[in-house]
Amino acid sequence: MIEFSNYDIIRNLLIATQWTVLLSLAAFVGGISVALCLTAARLTKNPVLTGLIKFYVEVFQGTPLLMQMFLCFFGLSLVGLNISAWNAAVLSLTLFTSAFLVEIWRGCIDTLPKGQWEASRCLGLSFLQTLRYVVLPQAFKVALAPSIGFSVQVVKGTALASVIGFVELTKAGTMLNNATFEPFKVFAFVALIYFALCYPLSLTSKILEKKFNVSR
Amino acid sequence: MSLVNIHEVHKYYGDLHVLKGINLNIKAGEVISIIGRSGSGKSTLLRCMNGLEKYQKGGITVDGKEVTTEEIQVRILARSVGMIFQSFNLFPHLTVGENIMLAPTIVLKKSKQEAQETAKAMLEKVGLADKFDSFPEKLSGGQQQRVAIARALAMNPKVLLCDEITSALDPELVGDVLKVLEQLAKEGMTLVLVTHEMNFARDVGDRVVFMHQGKVWEEGPAKEVFANPQTDELKNFVNSVL
Ligand SMILES: Nc1ncnc2c1ncn2[C@@H]1O[C@H](COP(=O)(O)OP(=O)(O)OP(=O)(O)O)[C@@H](O)[C@H]1O
Ligand SMILES: [Mg+2]
Repeated sequence: MIEFSNYDIIRNLLIATQWTVLLSLAAFVGGISVALCLTAARLTKNPVLTGLIKFYVEVFQGTPLLMQMFLCFFGLSLVGLNISAWNAAVLSLTLFTSAFLVEIWRGCIDTLPKGQWEASRCLGLSFLQTLRYVVLPQAFKVALAPSIGFSVQVVKGTALASVIGFVELTKAGTMLNNATFEPFKVFAFVALIYFALCYPLSLTSKILEKKFNVSR
Repeated sequence: MSLVNIHEVHKYYGDLHVLKGINLNIKAGEVISIIGRSGSGKSTLLRCMNGLEKYQKGGITVDGKEVTTEEIQVRILARSVGMIFQSFNLFPHLTVGENIMLAPTIVLKKSKQEAQETAKAMLEKVGLADKFDSFPEKLSGGQQQRVAIARALAMNPKVLLCDEITSALDPELVGDVLKVLEQLAKEGMTLVLVTHEMNFARDVGDRVVFMHQGKVWEEGPAKEVFANPQTDELKNFVNSVL
């Protein structure tokens, strides 16, 4: 049997951490893009679009992320679409992230007083100009803290990709545990790395939240 | 021909009949005060005049343009009609100068320099020349409302609609805003004011429109309407507020 020193364990975990970070980034960028489109669609006030988005949000918020990942990975394979573990993980995390972000942003946009829209309208701004110059700059400030706060959930959510066989931090931890039989040590390292990833995010979120509350 | 033409306008909120056949013509340069009890439809009428609210029957034209709530039409109208709100509605993320310059640059496509000159001139007019770079939250209510007036004026409107624009202000700040309005009236601006400032309506206004239960109940030259109300409803109203 191969011997694993602490150094070997940490080195292997850190290599896998790169995938966790990459997966988180992909999911967050994908989620932001989808959420932007959905937010724009929602703002048209078209009842059909609004209804569909509401349904979308309910489905992805109301079911476990693990099931969504299973459905993406095994479900799509069943219907003949061969999808890699990476793609399935990115796809399901993107959908999951977008559903939460669109809801967070809805709150931020809706807290803008109706008078901001009316004043823009009276000044002759079009719908898109109002979004671009009046609504989004204000909503962005409000949305920043909760969005970054939510990114912590995305990072933690990537751990589930281990279940469909994608080798990221958690999966690497499991594999190292099988090889070393030192679960406490290995998973303590894993937890520590997750904490190191998440803590700066939640801290940033808290600081921004405070800053925003003060400036109001 | 009058600047604003309101003909047999009816407005419903669901089953609620809010405007019941309004007729009103406003000439260029006139100062009209709309008075009446809460719920009589004053704000609704004003908001119908620039396409913020839909009306179901009748017709409104301003400066020869038909008033509808279609975005395209509202944008055309915005060049003729300015509106000031009770709650100021300044854009809090922009400085005073940027607030005033926004619409002239992106709607009228003025150059930044030209827009800036206009903005400074308008701020001068409302007595806030030194506040160009301040953010709205640093200003008093009265100052914010004067910035809102400057912002509307920068679009060079033919008529200014004001919905109780002094009602949210501390009493000692009301005077500054009224002074600006009076100055505008002197310069020949057409003003339509929904107001509870009866003294102002009487002394500065040309004509007073008393609304009651969704109708123009009584109207006439400002001094006459207050001195010699014809209907019991207006008599009661005048007694209750003066
Ligand atoms: N968005 C709305 N939906 C339903 N009803 C409304 C709406 N806005 C106003 N109303 C109703 O229409 C009627 C007229 O309202 P309006 O705001 O025009 O009155 P007002 O004369 O401006 O009163 P105030 O002096 O209180 O401002 C009121 O009965 C009011 O409850
Ligand atoms: Mg009103």
